[in-house]
Amino acid sequence: MFVGGAARADATLTIGTVNNNDMVRMQTLSADYERAHPGVHLNWVILEENTLRQRLTTDIATHGGQFDVMTIGAYEAPLWGAQQWLQPLDNLPADYQVDDLFGNVREQLTVAGHLYAVPFYAESSITYYRKDVFTAHGLVMPEQPTWQEIHDFAAKLHDPAHGMYGVCLRGKAGWGENMALLGTIVNSYGGRWFDEQWKPQLDTPPWHQAVNFYIDLLSHYGPPGPSDNGFNENLALFAAGRCAMWIDASVAGGTLVDPKESSVSAKVGFTRAPRQVTDRGAAWLWVWSLAIPASSRQTPAARDFILWATSRPYLQKVGERYGIASTPPGTRLSTYDAAYMSAAPFAKVTYDSLRAVDPAHPTLLPVPYKGIQLVSIPEFQAVATLVGRLVAGALTGRGQVDEVLHTCQNAVERTMKRAGYYEKSSPEGRQP
Amino acid sequence: MSATQSKSRTERLMAQPAIGMLLAWMIVPLAMTVYFSTQYFNLLYPNKSSFVGLENFAYFFTYPSFWTSVLNTLLLVGAVLAITVVIGVLISVLVDEHFPGQGIVRMLLISPFFIMPTVAALTWKNLLMNPVSGFFAWVARLFGMTPVNWFADWPLFSVILVVAWEWLPFAILIFVTALQSMDREQKEAAQVDGARAWEVFRYLTLPHLARPIAVVVMIEAIFLLNVFAEIFVTTNGGPGDATTNVPYLVYTQALLEFDVGAASAGGLVAVVLANIVAFFLVRLIGETLTAR
Repeated sequence: MFVGGAARADATLTIGTVNNNDMVRMQTLSADYERAHPGVHLNWVILEENTLRQRLTTDIATHGGQFDVMTIGAYEAPLWGAQQWLQPLDNLPADYQVDDLFGNVREQLTVAGHLYAVPFYAESSITYYRKDVFTAHGLVMPEQPTWQEIHDFAAKLHDPAHGMYGVCLRGKAGWGENMALLGTIVNSYGGRWFDEQWKPQLDTPPWHQAVNFYIDLLSHYGPPGPSDNGFNENLALFAAGRCAMWIDASVAGGTLVDPKESSVSAKVGFTRAPRQVTDRGAAWLWVWSLAIPASSRQTPAARDFILWATSRPYLQKVGERYGIASTPPGTRLSTYDAAYMSAAPFAKVTYDSLRAVDPAHPTLLPVPYKGIQLVSIPEFQAVATLVGRLVAGALTGRGQVDEVLHTCQNAVERTMKRAGYYEKSSPEGRQP
Repeated sequence: MSATQSKSRTERLMAQPAIGMLLAWMIVPLAMTVYFSTQYFNLLYPNKSSFVGLENFAYFFTYPSFWTSVLNTLLLVGAVLAITVVIGVLISVLVDEHFPGQGIVRMLLISPFFIMPTVAALTWKNLLMNPVSGFFAWVARLFGMTPVNWFADWPLFSVILVVAWEWLPFAILIFVTALQSMDREQKEAAQVDGARAWEVFRYLTLPHLARPIAVVVMIEAIFLLNVFAEIFVTTNGGPGDATTNVPYLVYTQALLEFDVGAASAGGLVAVVLANIVAFFLVRLIGETLTAR
């Protein structure tokens, strides 16, 4: 095992992480780490995503110092790194093979040349579909479908009387739920969140087209009550064989091909996320990563642990213990070797999607921000939470799409104005 | 100086620490809320906090969901009050007559009050109102009807049902005890004089219950203005802002948008709103009490 600078004895690390499958496996496997590092004790705080985000954000913003290792996403890493709330991870040991990490994934976690977090797993969005259902209807899924084609397929396959819904999509409100998917649909229709002067673009034709299309598609050919369905609900629906198509995170592939967890394990097909007028930003990039808050007093031990949990040997250990298809995906090029490619049928699509995403150039028209389904500014959580809530309302028939987008446009513009984006002296926001 | 005077002075002195602590307990959080409500303070932007005067209030008042949330708060309070008082009085009168098993029935009627709000909300959401596996859906299918997706199609009504179910026992508890103090002889005299059941209820029971009703309305109103857990667990304020009340809106500002300034302003607005409602209720109810 590689050890980048031996950890000092008797350190207790408090690790905040998400209750996703891959993280729970990390907790299980960390028993090996504790055995190899006597004196290092790991104290796990495992929470649901939103609760964890609230805990970590309040802790780090108030310099609470409760955590030594934090599990953060592609949204937080660049923001917190820029605030110097995280410890830079420079001079990584040679055996960590930092160049083995996906370039664009690393790019998302880098601020001004310093890496502030190491990727634990990364995902893009891809299209899942039922090969057997497509064959039975004489349909062929193209390599990269358009949203219009998805709509036409859904219209043909939608058969609620027999428990088959044309398409399952996220409808649950939240910037990480419905807005992640909707963000990619808007991108593929050629839209963007902001123009180069940070003026919101929600009242523009691409947004109107995209949101109208999304609501029309999901309310006509989706499962009942789609505004309750987030990632986990749709995963359960698809695994139970109720969806003909589903566009969502590539990380679901591991569950869907596992016969213990999925009734359609042999029937699921994988292809790229749909495009429309462009494929720029049509598939998202999300990275769960491990970082050390600046307030941690156990830096050397914490650094040693996060390097272990994101190393090549760790990925191999997961593959040996849980099956090679369960390897945390999307972080290292070396994961995608021949054995993994043949064991995991979704690997090639995931690999191609992840290689193609470019968070620095997410949209057809130029934008002043990084991130595909997100905008790397602190205000984004506020505005996307609001827009997500109103779009979910429109999905249940509360409000016309055009009015909702008009309301959103004004609300977003107000938030940006309040934060000082339009003051000439400080284009980067309100000065202290 | 007499002995009693010095005694009362000692008593006053000894009470000071407790009074001081209570004041601090109340004043410090309130003062901090007032302070933060004048700051632009986003948790994600701590270096950029600055004094903005009343901007946070203007922002909160013009937030797209603000008026909806005020309306939802009033609807929720009003509807739950109406349901608990009307049904509470009827049930209390019903179980006031002696019948076998009266004690057990009263006990069962009051027991929902001891269930935690989150547990009650989860039970209603998952076991009763779930459109696929819920009890109501099963009943609907039994009669060949399409199950209702309660929290998506009738969100505010569903939340009102859950909250009313939680607060009905409280109303029943107060009314049942009040009825026990009612003069039986007066009632029997009225019946001898030929008063029908409705007349006894209208002219004897209801006037007797005026004061307990006032108590129930006031106490429930205070708690109902702060309903949060039921909304958080069932609908998350949605769909859209259909079930967002003022406390939930403050929560979204503070912990989903991390905007401490606007959330503090919203908290103060909620305090003022509660005071307005309390003022009118006390006036209204005070009048009915003194009128007797």
